[in-house]
Amino acid sequence: MPIKGCMFQIRIHGRGGQGVVTAADLFAVAAFLEGKHAQAFPSFGSERMGAPVVAFCRISSTEIRLREPVLEPDALIIQDPTLCASVDVCEGLSQNGYILINSKKSPKELGINDRVRNLPPKHVLYLDAAAIATEHVGRPIPNAVLLGAFAAQTEILQLENVKSAILTKFPGSMGEKNVAAATAAFESVQQRFQGADSC
Amino acid sequence: MLKQIEGSQGVAAAVALCRPDVICAYPITPQTHIVEDLSALVKAGKLRSEYINVESEFAALSVAIGASAAGVRSYTATSSQGLLFMAEAVYNASGMELPIVMTLGNRAIGAPINIWNDHSDAIAMRGAGWIMLFAETNQEAADLHIQAFRIAEVLRCPVMICVDGFVLTHANDRIDIPMQDEVDAFLPTFSSDQTLDPAHPCSVGAMVGPEAFTEVRYLAHIKQQTALLEITRIADEFYNTFQRHSGGLVREYRLKDAEVVVVSMGSVTGTIKETIDEERAAGHSIGSLNIVSFRPFPAESIREMLKKARTVIVIDRAIEPGDGGPVFQQVQHALIGEAPKVCSVIAGLGGRAVTRPALHRLFEYMRSDAVESPYFLDLNTQALSNFLSTQRCRSGCCHSCGSC
Repeated sequence: MPIKGCMFQIRIHGRGGQGVVTAADLFAVAAFLEGKHAQAFPSFGSERMGAPVVAFCRISSTEIRLREPVLEPDALIIQDPTLCASVDVCEGLSQNGYILINSKKSPKELGINDRVRNLPPKHVLYLDAAAIATEHVGRPIPNAVLLGAFAAQTEILQLENVKSAILTKFPGSMGEKNVAAATAAFESVQQRFQGADSC
Repeated sequence: MLKQIEGSQGVAAAVALCRPDVICAYPITPQTHIVEDLSALVKAGKLRSEYINVESEFAALSVAIGASAAGVRSYTATSSQGLLFMAEAVYNASGMELPIVMTLGNRAIGAPINIWNDHSDAIAMRGAGWIMLFAETNQEAADLHIQAFRIAEVLRCPVMICVDGFVLTHANDRIDIPMQDEVDAFLPTFSSDQTLDPAHPCSVGAMVGPEAFTEVRYLAHIKQQTALLEITRIADEFYNTFQRHSGGLVREYRLKDAEVVVVSMGSVTGTIKETIDEERAAGHSIGSLNIVSFRPFPAESIREMLKKARTVIVIDRAIEPGDGGPVFQQVQHALIGEAPKVCSVIAGLGGRAVTRPALHRLFEYMRSDAVESPYFLDLNTQALSNFLSTQRCRSGCCHSCGSC
């Protein structure tokens, strides 16, 4: 059931401790900085370290009244690829949707190729966000990397606002390191897309 | 100033702008972020307030009562079992006419334990003599707190602001936080005409016998009637100051010509409005009435707005087993002698999401002739029958179990 107006809905799958809820908040703040309306919220479980966690973000040009969970996402972000084996992460994904996976493995290797192969080129993207994060931040926290990659993949958010959102949430050197990670991911995805119709 | 922040942060920011002298805090999910944010503001020196950590919710409200009786602006927050644990103090605060403001991060009540959102906690305290206002959005949640201190101090009556747990408290939203000078102009400094003062000893809440207790309760009822006017007046004044509609008694949406009107409280109204737009696009005549003020209950306004409808669907986010939906009961009472058929729906208990597909199915069902009342939205009948099939009939008079 499509939603009227220009609303873009994101669902993030990860595990407790990976910063799934923080990721959704960062998307909302970046969208806010672009002058858009945004709403981010967790799936409200009793979050435990390592347990599957879902968070949502809506971005819209008008006020967001809807309070239901995101049932038909326009974009999916998979922070932990091992979830693909235990959770139907692609449930409800729109036919024109995006999927961004923190993994060295392709959707085929992850066993979800049937769910994503009809998506348009560039809409399916996987990258080793943990490695990029380790290089720039010193820890395999994939959030900032995925945020930067998402901005390059979907062009829904501008890199500048992604950087500002990260610095708003994490002032100081930790923020700067995450900004470097997001920028590296953004540029890497842009390079991958240049001259290539698929990834 | 526009900000993109968590609902709890918005409430904390609004409360801080009201300059409470005393904040009492005891953590319970999902209100905890509110008092955490306030403690950070106090610690950082951005808010001058006495921040008192207590050992229980009973103490939290009791300390607020003491502080308020001593003549200072007092605030606390709680949820669910926390509200029940302070129940005795809840009645005392209103009985002693103390203008305390309390946030209730609405959450279900156990057992079984459930941390998620519904309105059971607020409903359990509906007779306690507090003014109870429900926020539809996080903007309204912040705004209502600024109005609440005005209402409480004008009427000498405690005010509970009900904010849906998680759905609002933990949602990151766009919230316009007013400037300090605007709030200072809207909310005068608190001055109490009766204070506990060792230099001039007096009692508050002393014993009242049969000769006057009825009159005390009569006055409490009259005060709530007066509150109907004050809540409206202060919401109007808030609009004039901040150019934003927040609060008031009730709020309508596409209601004027609607044959079917959906009545609700709190954040579920947003999803209902979205669903109504889709129903309207499909040619159905349907609108919404959002109840902001649950206490006092604005029966007159509700009757006026609903009497032309054909069907009224009341969505309750709580149930009183053996009776039904508490809001339904009151709406039905307000419509005695009027034409609409009033239907009761129990929805969104213990965090069950109320979705557009579920609401569309509900509205379709309500267009049929034989309607169950109360109707439980999204009831999992398979899980129910699985459970019931494992239960042994103990009464021997059951007509449906087939085992007696």
